[in-house]
Amino acid sequence: MIEQVENPIIEVHDLTVSYDKKPVLWDIDLTLPKGKLIGIIGPNGAGKSTLIKSMLDLVPQSSGFVKMFDQDIKDIRNQISYVPQRESVDWDFPASVLDIVLMGRYGKLGFFKRPRKADKEVAIDSLRKVGMENYLHRQISQLSGGQQQRVFLARSLAQQADLYFMDEPFAGVDAATEKAIIQLLKEMSSDNKTVVVVHHDLQSVTQYFDWVILLNTRLIASGPTNKAFTHELLEETYGGKLTLLTEVADLLKQNELPNREKKVNK
Amino acid sequence: METILDFFSFNNVNVIYVTIGSMLLTSSAAIVGTFTFLKRKALVGDAVSHSILPGICLAFMLSGDKNPLYLIIGAFITGWLSLIIIDLITSKSKIKEDSAIALILSVFFGIGILLLTIIQKSGNAEQTGLDHFLFGNAAALVGSDLVTFTIVALILLIVVYLFFKELTLLAFDEDFAKTIGMPIRLIELILTTLTVMAVVIGIQAVGIVLMAAMLITPVAAARFWTDKIKVLILLAAIFGAFSGLSGAFVSYAAPAMPTGPWIVVVISTIAFISFFFAPKKGIISRAIKQRNVVQQINDENILKSLYQLGEQDQEYYTNRTIEDIIQRRPFNTSVLKKGLKRLKKQGYMESKSGTWQFTKEGKNKGQRTVKLHRLWETYLTKYLRIAPDHVHDDADTIEHFLTPELESRLEQLLEYPELDPHDSKIPYQKNKIKNNSTQV
Ligand SMILES: Nc1ncnc2c1ncn2[C@@H]1O[C@H](COP(=O)(O)OP(=O)(O)O)[C@@H](O)[C@H]1O
Ligand SMILES: [Mg+2]
Repeated sequence: MIEQVENPIIEVHDLTVSYDKKPVLWDIDLTLPKGKLIGIIGPNGAGKSTLIKSMLDLVPQSSGFVKMFDQDIKDIRNQISYVPQRESVDWDFPASVLDIVLMGRYGKLGFFKRPRKADKEVAIDSLRKVGMENYLHRQISQLSGGQQQRVFLARSLAQQADLYFMDEPFAGVDAATEKAIIQLLKEMSSDNKTVVVVHHDLQSVTQYFDWVILLNTRLIASGPTNKAFTHELLEETYGGKLTLLTEVADLLKQNELPNREKKVNK
Repeated sequence: METILDFFSFNNVNVIYVTIGSMLLTSSAAIVGTFTFLKRKALVGDAVSHSILPGICLAFMLSGDKNPLYLIIGAFITGWLSLIIIDLITSKSKIKEDSAIALILSVFFGIGILLLTIIQKSGNAEQTGLDHFLFGNAAALVGSDLVTFTIVALILLIVVYLFFKELTLLAFDEDFAKTIGMPIRLIELILTTLTVMAVVIGIQAVGIVLMAAMLITPVAAARFWTDKIKVLILLAAIFGAFSGLSGAFVSYAAPAMPTGPWIVVVISTIAFISFFFAPKKGIISRAIKQRNVVQQINDENILKSLYQLGEQDQEYYTNRTIEDIIQRRPFNTSVLKKGLKRLKKQGYMESKSGTWQFTKEGKNKGQRTVKLHRLWETYLTKYLRIAPDHVHDDADTIEHFLTPELESRLEQLLEYPELDPHDSKIPYQKNKIKNNSTQV
């Protein structure tokens, strides 16, 4: 079940991504609608984070291409915001909450400029939206996991982007906070912002998302939640990896073969 | 003593050169090292410093001269080359970064030593002192060196200042930095160049072999004292400068002595002291904190036992003997006595000829501990469905750590229950006294 849309905000065309020659995503081909709250669902190691990262050009694409707003990512970076998985950084870093959220303004500031008063205001406002305005000067190492996650969200809000990518923003967050955050994301999407969220709790999918992507090294479904989030497709997603696909991937790695022959330019 | 006075009177202009030079070199290295440390790339400094030896030797062989400018250029080229090769190896092959670093470090250093031996055998009169680069010799610094080094150090400071924001973000969250369009490769190149610069000028005083320690140790020591990155840089620079100063002094007192090892001994001592004595993060302060927690638990347990004795007899303010208390709860006698004395000092207890009695504050505190214990037991049985006979141990710990906010939330959630799961009465205070001493 892969539904394509007209005038997509993101177009992923035949994307294959490999680590160390071993493909972890095969031939992903999808288009995503604007202004929706979109969930990426799949088991551990399915390649959810990798999909986001390759869309953002953080990991090299073996083949295929990605377009956002019908342009190359390099030209529209300031319209995009990324929330990495919380464990991807060292929270023992010597910085305060405000320092981190101000990083969300760096893209707009450019070289040689210090954050201005206006940037600080945006940062504080973003912290208020996630209920962390009382922690401005707290060291990030002293925060709980859920608070760290909210700081990352605030940094993302401070970017004032149009398209958001969030990798497991609910990991380690308590239920009340999760509710508040999803409320915030829904408001953003009704403001015509597009939010793509990696999510692993199946219970809440239908309440949270307008559109879901089911992924397990290959694309299983991409479509409106009521059509794509079906029992059958879920079973296919969580029914284990296709053994044949895994074996071929290992083979490619062992022999260091390119997973796609180079096209000959005529 | 006389030497010390001599040194600090700075009568000799050369002493001034050597001192300022050494401090400049070591503090520059410490500042750049802060970012390598935060990026967890400590080994990189090691690779650079060893890889500049062949550059220095080649520059000398080609120019036949010990002009620091030539040597710096030579050192710069091979130092930089080593990092580029490491980068290439890591990205184009399956060899991991640490192995690549070890490989390049030994190959470059080996070639360097080989070249150094050739030079020494060649009998060039200029070559004496070239081996100072191995372990450093601050005394060899002269006025013209100082000019070169000051310029390099200034460039370094200015670049760090200008790119502070980018260097920090790169160290904290590289992926995010990429997504906002920051030119990662450029910033990394800048950091690499800065590292090479700091190492190249630093080896004059510290030497190739120990230079990596000068990049990392000052910031590692400073990290114990602060959580603010700007303060961290400043402290690292001060620690670095101080060790540089001591190196200069050694050089003055014993000119034949290599300075590098001395500088490193001093900075290591600073790191060592920080490790033990720094407030909050130091080992000792953490041990004290732990001891305080143990004492707090012990003392609250004493008050709790006395309160429970009071409950039994419906009489809280009678005199109790040590034996009474131990009968209620098995304390170690000497621990109990120490705890009682502490409580007396804090105003929770009074003693009269070997017997002990609550003060009003003491009774309240004991009462609160009992209340929290019973509330928590109620909570566990009600919300976690744990059997009533399994909740006691858990509550015995939690009762000491519940903050007043959690306390009132618990009371509201459970709607002020009368009895705990064992049907003991939960003792609420009529006029609640705010008591923050149990807060952690
Ligand atoms: N940097 C990496 N190098 C090599 N393999 C990786 C790397 N990152 C992820 N992988 C592998 O790629 C697969 C997909 O990982 P990931 O995208 O993190 O999955 P998910 O986010 O769905 O849990 C996993 O098998 C993982 O082991
Ligand atoms: Mg992931």
